[in-house]
Amino acid sequence: MILDYILRRLALLMFMMLTLSIFTFSLSYLFPGDALTNLSGITNSTFSQTSVLEEKFHFTENYAVQYFAFLERIVQGDWGVSFASGESVFQHIVDLFPATLELSTYALIVSVVVGVPSGILAAAYYRRWPDKFINSGTLIGYSMPVFWLALLLIMVFSLQLGWFPMSGRMGLLYEIEPVTGFILIDIIAGDFPYHGMAFVDAIHHLTLPTIVLAMYPTTVLVRFTRDSMLKVLDQSYIKTARAKGLNRAQLIIHHALRNALLPVIKQIGLQFSTLITLAMITEVIFSWPGIGRWLIDSIYQRDYPAIQGGLLAVSMFVILATIVAELTYTLFDPLSRNQAHGKV
Amino acid sequence: MYKPLLALSLVCLVGCLDSEEKTTEQKNQGLVYCAEANPVSFNPQVTTTGSTIDIIANQLYDRLLSIDPVSAEFQAELATDWKISPDGKSITFTLRKGVKFHTTKYFTPSRDFNADDVIFTFSRLFDVYNPYHFVGDANYPYFQSVGIDQLIRRIVRVSDYQVRFELYNAESSFLANLATDFAVVLSKEYAMQLKDRKQENLFDQYPVGTGPYVYREYRRDRLIRYYRNPDYWKHPVVLEQLVYDITPNGTTRVAKMLTKECDVTAHPSSAQLSILAERDDINVQKEQNLNIGYWAFNTERPPFDDIRVRQALASAIDVDKIMQAVYYGNGIKAQSLLPPASWAFEAQKAMPEFNPELAKTLLAEAGYKNGFDMNIWAMPVSRIYNPNARKMAELMQSDLRKIGVNVSIVEYEWNTFLQRVGEHRHDSVLLGWAADTPDPDNFMSPLLSCTATFSGKNPANWCNPEFDLLLTQALDTTDLEKRKQFYNQAQRIIVQELPILPIAHGMRFQASSSDVKGISLSPFGGISLANARKE
Repeated sequence: MILDYILRRLALLMFMMLTLSIFTFSLSYLFPGDALTNLSGITNSTFSQTSVLEEKFHFTENYAVQYFAFLERIVQGDWGVSFASGESVFQHIVDLFPATLELSTYALIVSVVVGVPSGILAAAYYRRWPDKFINSGTLIGYSMPVFWLALLLIMVFSLQLGWFPMSGRMGLLYEIEPVTGFILIDIIAGDFPYHGMAFVDAIHHLTLPTIVLAMYPTTVLVRFTRDSMLKVLDQSYIKTARAKGLNRAQLIIHHALRNALLPVIKQIGLQFSTLITLAMITEVIFSWPGIGRWLIDSIYQRDYPAIQGGLLAVSMFVILATIVAELTYTLFDPLSRNQAHGKV
Repeated sequence: MYKPLLALSLVCLVGCLDSEEKTTEQKNQGLVYCAEANPVSFNPQVTTTGSTIDIIANQLYDRLLSIDPVSAEFQAELATDWKISPDGKSITFTLRKGVKFHTTKYFTPSRDFNADDVIFTFSRLFDVYNPYHFVGDANYPYFQSVGIDQLIRRIVRVSDYQVRFELYNAESSFLANLATDFAVVLSKEYAMQLKDRKQENLFDQYPVGTGPYVYREYRRDRLIRYYRNPDYWKHPVVLEQLVYDITPNGTTRVAKMLTKECDVTAHPSSAQLSILAERDDINVQKEQNLNIGYWAFNTERPPFDDIRVRQALASAIDVDKIMQAVYYGNGIKAQSLLPPASWAFEAQKAMPEFNPELAKTLLAEAGYKNGFDMNIWAMPVSRIYNPNARKMAELMQSDLRKIGVNVSIVEYEWNTFLQRVGEHRHDSVLLGWAADTPDPDNFMSPLLSCTATFSGKNPANWCNPEFDLLLTQALDTTDLEKRKQFYNQAQRIIVQELPILPIAHGMRFQASSSDVKGISLSPFGGISLANARKE
C-alpha cells in the first residue's frame, strides 16, 4: 500500500523533472543570442573551438538528440560555464547552494519553534487577549514585505545601534575552509585557534537574515496551527473530554495536539518553496553569498548559462523538498495514503 | 562542549563584543578594504582597469622604479640604480640583491630575484619567442597602447644583477612607463614551473610577486585574502591579513563603514561623504588626482563619424549641471583633456559650450534635422573621474531630448562592460582615465592613439595620423618646452575633432576608520597598503 503510494509519487517526480529539463533546454533557444553560446557559455570561440563544441553538443543533429545530450551532461555535472566568471556553473552551484540551504533551514527551524506554540496559544485562548495579541502580530508580519522589513532591521540594529553586521556570513578576517558549506558546521568541525569567536561572529551575522526570512513562514504557521487547533477543539470527542472535567492544558496536550499538528507538518514542508523564493530577496539585501543573490546577479548581467543552471537547480530542489514533505506527512497520517488521486 | 559557547553567543547577541577593548596586536590581525569590483586578473600587465590595479599592483608586486608623488622624481625600488647612455638608447639597471619572491601554497622559490626575472617579465610583452607571450591572447593593453613592442630592441643580461634595455629610439617617457603600476616584476622560476606542468593559464590567476602581501584566496563576488609577506625587503609589514570585501554598491560600502565591517572604503560617493564626515570615528581623505572623465563617441559608426554631429552633441550638454548633480562640487570642469595639475595643460578656447540652439543648427547642417536614436553606455561602477555615470547619462538624456536626439542608456557588469567597449559595440560611452604617471603622454597614447584602437583601449575608435605624429614627436625629444608645444597642439586637435568630450576631473576620496594609519593617496597610480596599520 505504502509502496504503491511512493511509486506514484516517484512517477510524478519523474514527470516533473522531465518537464523541467525540457523547459530548461529550450531556454537556450529562447534566450537572445546564439544557442550554442548560451548552452556552453563559451563566448567568442574560434572556428576550431566552435566545431568541437558543435560535435560535443550534437548541434548539427535534431532537437531530440540535442536534448538527450543535454540530459547526459546535466547528469555528469557539466552544466556549461558562466559568461561572467568563465567558471563551471555546476561548481558555482555546489559552492553557493549550501549557504542558501543553511539560511533557509535555520529560518524554518525558527518559524516552527516560534510559530507552532504561538498558534496553539492563540487557539487555547480563542478570542481572549493572547489570541488577539498574536493575531494582530501575525497580521503585521504577514503584510510586511520582506525587503522592507530587512531594510528596517538594518536601519535600526546595524546602522543605529550597531549590534549586528549587515552583510555576509562571517567576519572576513576569519579564514574558514568550506568543507560542508554550512558555516556553523564548518566552524565546529574546523581546526583553528579562534573557534569560539568565529562561532559567535557567525551567529551575529546569521541573526538578522534569519529573522527576516523566518517572518513570513512563522506567520503562516501561526495562522495554520491556530485554525487547525480550533477545528479539532470543536470536535465531539473534545467536547466529551471537556464534559468529563479535563482542564484546558490536559485537553490540548493529551487530546487535541496530535490531531491538530498533522496538517501543520505538511504545511512546514510546503513552506520550503516559499522560503527559497524569499531567500533570494534576503540574500541580495544582506549580501549573503547564496544561490539567490548569484541568480539575481546573473539575470542582471544576462549570464544565460548561469540563469539556466540556477533555475534548474533551484526548481529541482523545490520539487524534491515538496515531495519529501508529502512523503513524511503520509508516514504520520495513514489516512492520506488511501487517496488514489491527488487532492488539491 | 558547545553549551557554554551557545550561552556566550546568546549573551553576545546583545552586543557584548563592542565594549571590549582590543589591544593593538589584536587589531593588527587584519584590515578589511571594501573594493568596488572583482579583479579582472592578478597580473597588472594584462589590464588597465583601475579597480583591479588598486587591489593587486602595489600589494603583491614591486616595480623596478617608482615616481615620488611629491617631487615627481624617480625612486629606486627593485632597481637600485640606472644609467642612461648618452644617446638615450640604452638603459642599464642595477638590481637589488636579497629580494625574495613569495612562498605560497602553489610555489616555493629556490632562488632570489635576479636579472632573469626582469628579462622574462618584460620580454613577455613584446617577444613572440617568450613562452608566455601568447598566454591570455597576447593582450597587454597599456604597453601596446604606448607602443612598447616597437620600442624595445632587446633586453640584455649583463650579469646576475644587471640588465640592459636596448631601445630602437630614445623615448622620453620610457622610464615613466617602467614606473607605472603595470610594469611589475614577475617570477621566471614560477612561470617555468607552470610551463612544465602545462598550466600556463594559471600564471595570471595565481600571483607570485615580491610585494608586501602574499596571495591566499579569491572568491568571486565575495573577497580576496592576502597574508603578510614575512620576507618583505623594504620594511616589516604590520598587518597580518589584508582582506578585500567586494562590494559593488556604493551605498552599501558607506553603510559597511558605519557598521565597521570595512576599515577602509574605496570611492565613497560624494553624495554620502557628509554622512561619513560627521562621524568622529571615520576619516575622509580628499586628494587632487590626475584623471579625466569623458564622453567618447564611436567615431567609426555613423552618424558619429560626422564631426558636426559630435560638436552638436557636445554643445547640447549642460556640463555645469553635471558638475553639481554628479560631482557635488568636488570636481574641476574640464577645459582640455589634461587636468590643470599636469605641466602640459593648456585651457582650450574651443571647448564646446552649452548652446542648444547651435546644436540644433549643426545637426540640421549634418542632415539630421529630426534628430536620431543613439545609446550612451554608462559605466556601472563609481570611479574617481566619474562617481555616478548612470546619473550623468540620465542628465545627458534629458539634455539631448531637447535637440531631438533619443538616448537609451546601456549598462553591464564592469568587466563585461569594458570588454564590450573594447570591441567597439557602443554608440557612445561615459568612461574616464586616471593617470599612472605624471607624464602627459599617459593621457594621450593609451586613450587616443591608433595603436590603442587596435588593442581595444581607444573608446572613440579614433585614429588620426596627425595626432599620432605629434605624440611621437613629443616623445622623441627630452626638451620640456618642445614637448609642451607638441602636447598643446595635440590637445587642440582633440577639442577640434571631439572624438571624446572631456567633462570633468574628479577628486580622489577615501574613507577610513580613524584607527587606520599609513594609507596615503597619490595623485596618480593605484593605492598602496604596504604601510597600513591600526593604532
